[in-house]
Amino acid sequence: MKEAEVELIKEGKRLDGRGFEDLRSIKIEVGVLKRADGSCYFELGDNKVIAAVYGPREMHPRHAQDAKMAVVKFRYNMAPFSVDDRKRPGPDRRSIEISKVSREALDPVIMREYYPKTAIEVYVELLQSDAGTRTAGINAASVALADAGIPMKDLVSSVAVGKIDGEMVLDLNAMEDNHGEADMPVAVIARTNTITALQMDGRLTKEEFERGLKLAMGACHQIYELQRTALIERYSKSENKKEEE
Amino acid sequence: MYKVVVPGDFISEETNRAGESTYVEEGKVYATRYGIVDEREEIKVVALSGKYVPVKGDVVIGRIAEISFPYWIVDIASPYDARLHVSEFAGASDKKIEFGNMNSYLDLGDLIMTKVMNVNVLMRIELGLKEDFKIGGRGRLIEISHTKVPRVIGRSGSMIRMLKEKCKCFIFIAKNGRIWIEGREDDMNLASAVILKIASEAHTSGLTDRIADFLDSFRKGKGKGQV
Repeated sequence: MKEAEVELIKEGKRLDGRGFEDLRSIKIEVGVLKRADGSCYFELGDNKVIAAVYGPREMHPRHAQDAKMAVVKFRYNMAPFSVDDRKRPGPDRRSIEISKVSREALDPVIMREYYPKTAIEVYVELLQSDAGTRTAGINAASVALADAGIPMKDLVSSVAVGKIDGEMVLDLNAMEDNHGEADMPVAVIARTNTITALQMDGRLTKEEFERGLKLAMGACHQIYELQRTALIERYSKSENKKEEE
Repeated sequence: MYKVVVPGDFISEETNRAGESTYVEEGKVYATRYGIVDEREEIKVVALSGKYVPVKGDVVIGRIAEISFPYWIVDIASPYDARLHVSEFAGASDKKIEFGNMNSYLDLGDLIMTKVMNVNVLMRIELGLKEDFKIGGRGRLIEISHTKVPRVIGRSGSMIRMLKEKCKCFIFIAKNGRIWIEGREDDMNLASAVILKIASEAHTSGLTDRIADFLDSFRKGKGKGQV
């Protein structure tokens, strides 16, 4: 039996009331975990993500060490309660792929040669998921890496675009992702407009692809500003608080 | 008020003055780390966090982690373990150290004040000893991030001088963020509380004056001051 068609766009608005080029609301908090060397809590609409960074520290297993640079380990993990049906805990095909893709999205900015033989470990835990989790994970991880004092060329910002009811829209939610025609997560270094990751699920024409990429680039600049502000405010805020005392 | 930057932030166009934790691209200087800009001598970013990487000549406090003849493997609060050769010890004493008796000179967990003699490209770190290298007994060790060490010392040692004087303690600050304090129990309590306070407010300006006020008010209230 064919699934009932879902109307994703009504009167020029999306189901959650957003326009085609609107991001979901974003909240970023830096340094939320005391035990980690760097951490970040990131909310993108109903996605809730925590990223923790450890290291650089001694790499285990030893044979996997790189004598010239640090090795980046990235673990993307969904909590069993992060989705409607319980997610079976532990790594699976999907999360292993996302871990690899996310690591490679961050790799170009991390100056790994500063810490030969070590490991930089990034843990991204999804507490609640609503489509676009890998992009939220990359955003959180990038801020957490900066917080850990890891030398980097830049921050990485990431967002997904997709096609629903024949229209290219920004930042799909779960409903749009499940019933839409295409989904395309993009990770970008905002200052230089360098793409560090790009995936596509579904079909797009060349024109749609280009339109989507332009949308994603614009949104990544917005996200970059939010990431930067979150990092800077962390210190200016604590200073103001002390002056009030 | 300090200027906080994040990785990738543009700092300046004076590429010839680019220093620590910066990189140059297309004639511009950018930050590589999350920290505070310091443009006084060269353009550098003082990181607010990060791991200690030993540099030749640093004096650090190490803890014996393993004994593997003819080396002691020493934890120096860094991603890399350091090694101390028995001959370094023999130089400081005239007894012969052999395979079986290394632990009678320095045992697991012992703290030592040591100098980084050499760091090679494979990050093999050789340590050396000076006189009075062994620390322990009536004192305590506190650890802060190595990035905060310059603040605890203060400009030309102003902060540490004040701390030693007002807390009536012996304080030794090592480059790797380990600090050894010796003194009376309540003096040590005060000193360690103040050092942790400095570390948590390291990014703020006028810190030395604020800490001075804090210490004075504490001494006046004698024990009543909230640490």
